[in-house]
Amino acid sequence: MRYGRGPEVLRDLSFDLPRGSFQFLTGPSGAGKTSLLKLIYLAMKPSSGSISFFGQDTATLPREDLPLLRRRVGVVFQEFKLLNHLSVFDNAALPLRVTGRKRSEYAEDVAELLAWVGLGDRMDANPATLSGGEQQRVAIARAVVAQPEILIADEPTGNVDSDMAMRLLRLFVELNKLGTTIVFATHDLQLVRLLDAPVMTLSNGHLHIRPPRSQRLRPEPLESEVYVEDGPAEDEHE
Amino acid sequence: MSDRQIPPPPKGGAGALLPPDAGRDRPLFLVAAILVFLACIAALGARGAIVQAQAWTSDLETSLTIQIRPVEGRDTEADARQAAEIATEIEGIAAATAHGRDHAEALIAPWLGQDNLPDDLPLPLLVDVELNPGSAPPVEALQSALDEAGLAASVDDHARWAGAVKRAAGLARTLGISLLALLMGAAAAVIAFAARASLAARIDVIDALHLSGAEDGFIAQLFQRRFFMLGLKSGTAGALIAVIVSLLVSWGDTPADMLFFLPRWSMNPFELLMLGLAPLLSGATAALSARLAVATDLRQRW
Repeated sequence: MRYGRGPEVLRDLSFDLPRGSFQFLTGPSGAGKTSLLKLIYLAMKPSSGSISFFGQDTATLPREDLPLLRRRVGVVFQEFKLLNHLSVFDNAALPLRVTGRKRSEYAEDVAELLAWVGLGDRMDANPATLSGGEQQRVAIARAVVAQPEILIADEPTGNVDSDMAMRLLRLFVELNKLGTTIVFATHDLQLVRLLDAPVMTLSNGHLHIRPPRSQRLRPEPLESEVYVEDGPAEDEHE
Repeated sequence: MSDRQIPPPPKGGAGALLPPDAGRDRPLFLVAAILVFLACIAALGARGAIVQAQAWTSDLETSLTIQIRPVEGRDTEADARQAAEIATEIEGIAAATAHGRDHAEALIAPWLGQDNLPDDLPLPLLVDVELNPGSAPPVEALQSALDEAGLAASVDDHARWAGAVKRAAGLARTLGISLLALLMGAAAAVIAFAARASLAARIDVIDALHLSGAEDGFIAQLFQRRFFMLGLKSGTAGALIAVIVSLLVSWGDTPADMLFFLPRWSMNPFELLMLGLAPLLSGATAALSARLAVATDLRQRW
């Protein structure tokens, strides 16, 4: 995959996302995590190769079929992408609203979801007035409100403190237990270590997939050189 | 989910998905209102010219004029009266009125002035002939009858004037419709440009909508609604200004020779309908233009 006529950002990638799985996606800044996620959540087309998504090749997918596929995917963006002219409630309800559903049909569900993520008393608030953690939870509520089959989170803990990061991770684990496939992009190794989940590591446009800890034959260290941003190298190994 | 009490959803309707374009729509509103105003004036002008021309040609086509040339030794006024009598006997003619020398002097007074004519100056006299409704002008029959009576008379069916007036009315109508089409095209282009600019300015919103599963049609409809309302409001403003201006023109002291070229405002249903439709037409043009522009732009994205 490349942007315009620029160099290839991703190449020779081949992987599956099993239904109901929880996958970490890691790699240093600029490794192509966001580009890979954009391919998965159908914001971009691959410049070569193919992506089979729910049995459909996205490279040849007609444009008019995109919305139906996108509705099966929830996305938590690194920079939230909340609409500041809408209330917290309207932001969270956006995926339901764009399908043409009436407010009366989804209002109770959205209120319940916002209460679940701890924003029951901020439904009328403007997102710009919320803290980073609260904005992140609005973004998560919006991503899951339509009960997507895949939830993609791009650095969902990148803007919050470690306590909030833990709470958000638990939220994703809960959603995974409810059957949602999760792709959790982060370069926070402490979070990665907390779960027994496969880890996809991107480096220089290539993907290395490490199985869950419980399925590994021998302990396999994470590649410390790609995590130097997070702290001393000795802290990066399992 | 937890068993804690679920708070009720906020009251009121859902917020507008497109953020308000605070202030950015104002110049567009002004431009659209001006275009609608010009379109209304063009339409009223064309309509006025057509109505005027119809009235003139109707008068000309349902009448004839007999000109009695003065002949030495003959009583021209008596000839005129005789010509009128002859005319009334021709089939298709309802009435004929002979005018005397006073009438002829009054006709040339604007050029030669009052009381400046010598009494012995020979003047042609006129006979107005009114035709039966729907009758073809019996020009040849009348001319023959007048010739047989030995009168120095010629019959004018006003064909030359009526043709010129009709041509002028047709030209005014074509100009009016062309101007209307041009102004509508300009309005559509301006709105399309503004819709594209608005789309580009709100690409963050469009991305959020797209990635939330919105179809292109859904997004295009948001812009369509916004620009319909803008077109409706600017159309109303433009039409109202056109009404005021045309009323002022109608009430003003308009020289007779300018009447043909100025819109003649009258509170008849056609003009009211035309002005009433202007805002709707403006809104529809804006909505269609915005929808097409946005849909085209969205198709170029994936």
